[in-house]
Amino acid sequence: MSALIEGHRPVADPGAIPTWDTDPYDPAVLADPHSWWADLRSRGDVVYIPRYEVLAVGRYDATRTTFSDHDNFVSSRGIGLNDFKLETPWRPPSIILEVDPPDHTRTRKVMSRALSPKVVKGLMDGFRATAERIVDAVIAKGRIEAVADLAEAFPVAVFPGAVGMTDVHPRHIVDYGSIVFNAVGPDNALRRAAMARAPEVAAWINAACARERLTDDGLGALVYGAADAGEITEAEAAMLVRSFLSAGVDTTVTGIGNALWCFAQNPGQWQALREDRSLVRPAFEEVLRHTSPVHTFARTANVDTAIAGHPVAEGTKVICCLGAANHDPAKWGDPDRFRIDRRPVGHMAFGAGIHGCVGQNIARGELDALLTVMAERIARIEPAGDAVWRPNNAIHSLDRLPLTLIPN
Amino acid sequence: MVKVTYVQADGSETTVDGTPGDSVMATALANDVPGIVGECGGSMMCATCHCHIDPAWADKTGPRMDGEDDMLDCAVSEVTETSRLSCQVKLTPDMDGLRVILPEEQI
Repeated sequence: MSALIEGHRPVADPGAIPTWDTDPYDPAVLADPHSWWADLRSRGDVVYIPRYEVLAVGRYDATRTTFSDHDNFVSSRGIGLNDFKLETPWRPPSIILEVDPPDHTRTRKVMSRALSPKVVKGLMDGFRATAERIVDAVIAKGRIEAVADLAEAFPVAVFPGAVGMTDVHPRHIVDYGSIVFNAVGPDNALRRAAMARAPEVAAWINAACARERLTDDGLGALVYGAADAGEITEAEAAMLVRSFLSAGVDTTVTGIGNALWCFAQNPGQWQALREDRSLVRPAFEEVLRHTSPVHTFARTANVDTAIAGHPVAEGTKVICCLGAANHDPAKWGDPDRFRIDRRPVGHMAFGAGIHGCVGQNIARGELDALLTVMAERIARIEPAGDAVWRPNNAIHSLDRLPLTLIPN
Repeated sequence: MVKVTYVQADGSETTVDGTPGDSVMATALANDVPGIVGECGGSMMCATCHCHIDPAWADKTGPRMDGEDDMLDCAVSEVTETSRLSCQVKLTPDMDGLRVILPEEQI
């Protein structure tokens, strides 16, 4: 067998599929991906990228179909460029993200229950109280760096507490997600930097997932309760608590930062939100569609299969560009406009199908609380300098967002 | 194509053409049928696509999926024996004429 490329089986140019000599993980593309996404969509339903010997999809229909076809395009071989069947991953694979049915069905059920709408409803009063405290503090400052002061501050204040963590290392719990997400990319500078920090951060995270480090009334306790009930093992419970921390912090930080960026860029939409608070939840859906906090995850063809009629060989990695799908004009009409009344049902920001984000209810709850309090108290959100994006192999996130907040 | 009739809580009916393989939830949204929200997009993570299957069709639509009970438990309107999450009911050719009754509220 020939040597692996980026930890997966080499795939020769399939011929009938358009070939595109590009690097999807070029820091310039990651920082400002819109023209790259448009180029990807214009080339066809599926494109061959020789640099990494992978296929890529970005049109809405092909992306949705491939991403949710868990029988043919599996997650158990990794949702990045490494094929876990051929190479040992950097950490023990997630037992909910990087797994297929029937194992996935069992763990997913436990996590769905722990993160159900009912559970989130019970957290909302606490989210609201914390939002009031943090929003009042940023209003008092006036000029803020919104990534640190709001986007990180809010999830760090509410999420570890919701999980039941008794001690929090704010930097580690934010950075663990970005390490995990950079790891799904190629062996580039971003991934190498993430891997260099991984031992220290992952060790802290793994230790923090132990039962004795958690309260008996949080989301973590619900998961350990499933172990007591025999649905999962105690070791699996610890792994699922780890998933809260990899997937539940950096993603929400990104969602909040991106939301504030959208409103700073579109003052009329902030005004519309202030006039009709029932648009808070639809507005967050539009933020998700417009900014795609997770821009790209991969799947692996587990059998010889096809995408839009083009044959795809077993072992082929397919990068699914969720951000490109969320801006496909064939689906959205005017995708580049940020409209909080769009109600973009079917956006791909939380994925689709059995692997659709299991934490989406709590993410919506956090954003609902924060945006509602901000809309009540802040008349205008204005840029106070250039927004700077932070390249990541899977996350489309801000590094810095200077804002001026003008209260009522 | 299979015909699907959605009955609103006020008794009004809408009949649309559905495609085998699509869910009852996606078929409603694609045809602008009110009464179904489908917030999570079909990942069985919310209960905003709650519906009741006309008992005459229950054997065709089959039993609830694994995990569906837990999520139905979060539905806003009353859940009964006929309750399903419409994202988990996939149309098949033998469902032509399916009747779906929608609850008063989803959120």
